Amino acid sequence: MSVTATRRTPPESSGSRVGRPGAVWTLPALLFFGVFAVLPMGLVGYLSLTAWDGLGSPSFVGARNWERLLGDPVMHQAMGLSVALTTLSWLVQTPISLLLGVWASGPQRNRAILSAIFFVPLLLSTAAIAILWRALLQPDFGPLGRLGAFPDLLGGSTTAFLVIVFVTAWQFIPLHTLLYQGGARQIPVSLYQAAEIDGASRFGAFWHITLPQLRNTITTSSVLMVVGTLTYFETVLILTGGGPGTATTIVPYLMYESGFEGWEMGYASAVACTLVVVATAVSLAMVRFTGFGAMRSTREGM
Amino acid sequence: MTGMSQMAPEHGTEPATPTAPAPSGAPPSRTRPARGSSRRRPNLLAGAGAFLWLLVVGVPLYTLLVATLQRSENYMASNPLVPPAEPTLDNYVTAIESGLLGFVWNTLLVTVAVVALVVALTTTTAFAIVRARTRWTTGVFRVFLIGLAIPLQAVVVPVYLIIVELGLYDSLMAIVLPTAAFALPVCVLILTGSMRDISDELYEAMALDGAGSVRTFVQLVLPMSRPGISTVGVYAAIQAWNGFLFPLVLTQSEENRLITLGLYEFQGQFRVDIPGLLAAVVLSAVPILIVYLIARRSLVAGLMGVGGK
Repeated sequence: MSVTATRRTPPESSGSRVGRPGAVWTLPALLFFGVFAVLPMGLVGYLSLTAWDGLGSPSFVGARNWERLLGDPVMHQAMGLSVALTTLSWLVQTPISLLLGVWASGPQRNRAILSAIFFVPLLLSTAAIAILWRALLQPDFGPLGRLGAFPDLLGGSTTAFLVIVFVTAWQFIPLHTLLYQGGARQIPVSLYQAAEIDGASRFGAFWHITLPQLRNTITTSSVLMVVGTLTYFETVLILTGGGPGTATTIVPYLMYESGFEGWEMGYASAVACTLVVVATAVSLAMVRFTGFGAMRSTREGM
Repeated sequence: MTGMSQMAPEHGTEPATPTAPAPSGAPPSRTRPARGSSRRRPNLLAGAGAFLWLLVVGVPLYTLLVATLQRSENYMASNPLVPPAEPTLDNYVTAIESGLLGFVWNTLLVTVAVVALVVALTTTTAFAIVRARTRWTTGVFRVFLIGLAIPLQAVVVPVYLIIVELGLYDSLMAIVLPTAAFALPVCVLILTGSMRDISDELYEAMALDGAGSVRTFVQLVLPMSRPGISTVGVYAAIQAWNGFLFPLVLTQSEENRLITLGLYEFQGQFRVDIPGLLAAVVLSAVPILIVYLIARRSLVAGLMGVGGK
């Protein structure tokens, strides 16, 4: 790639353009991303119109998968569960990470030490976390179960769903805490000093300064959370396997189950299309509302 | 999001310790004494909340460690919160003997390949996005931004098709390629941010010197964006190390098994031997913990930058 680039940038070209890279510098990454991320987005639409068992070649069947999708009660339930999971996760994770983040942004030494512990879950893989919790919650052999009678939380529909909410919150709150901590560190101290002179209470300062100043961080974190819940699939697979029954079968799990356990790739693709639509909408909203698109330094204003 | 989708999920991090040189240059972070301290009375309510969260995070992790040090025969009768009277590493030995090291080796190969690919692809692209500023490069930047939110789950069926067509199914390369691709958006975002901090004067000095884009890239951009590059490297490494879905659907044989999938398989095998299973969980996290300890500061700085806009 660099060979082509040199050729395209003659050393003695117009003053300020000297040393500026040509468009070719973007091609390797773009091609790579195109083949493994953008092309699949298109392919998933095509595959949703085919029947394919994962072995031979996909054969075109028209809208059959879509008709089935619309009438599939498991899909309807999965959509409801996904929306519920997203909403509940947001309601649980946002306040906790916001408060923890603002708290951790303080300069005190004990806060720094405690925060270091808070962040440990981020280092564990989703698989490790799900296995850990499944072992902890195991009614017979788990550490809690050995203490005495312990309810089989993963065996009940509602409790299994709530366990998913809890375990994913346990896993992802550290990330969002970090985002809020970074955001809170950027709030100018002068605002708090002014509020103090005005006699504002601690709660008043939080409500009238911290929260409004964090609104961009709240947007960013919320977008990440919403998109993140689409990926809670791994936790579901390991903790509950979509069960009991279909009580925790969220949309991504349904996709996996029909595709890689039932080998109905066409139907799985139709399910996946709904994820693509949601994800695209969310990412467009993100570019629109979060300022990710603005061409400026991340350090600005820090 | 394991594109970003991957991003939201697991990346290590940790608060910048104010006493350590702050990631983004000490002065800015110093300017922010917390609201609590400015009033000179401790915020008891917040302290209590933080302590509660410490229990939520700490107790399970503590129980995890205690259980792995417990002799299997004592495990059932022991109190999960009391450290074992005779701690043992037997469970770790059992986990290693079940083939864990082979999985770790595979994961290491995949991780190194993913990091190399991601760093090579994103430094060049970010350089062009930041410096060329043509309609084309702005467009490329937008493509990656949109890509931030593509969840792996949405495209795993076509990725499977592409990998099968390329003849890569059930190989380590099958995991490397899509894992790297899905790490690109976040990494481009982080690197463009850090490359924008290179001042125009430096570029002009290079230009006066008659440097072409390749020389500018090698002599100025790469050295100056080292913090961004290490953030990207750590991020990509964590993505690769902790990835689950691609190994699950793109490989099959034990010889190509990665660590996360190995844990998942162990869960079936070790149904009753919970200490052994948990020891495998701990071992799986050790390498990433080491990377994190080495590169903590740059990772935290990069991720905070993403949220702090």
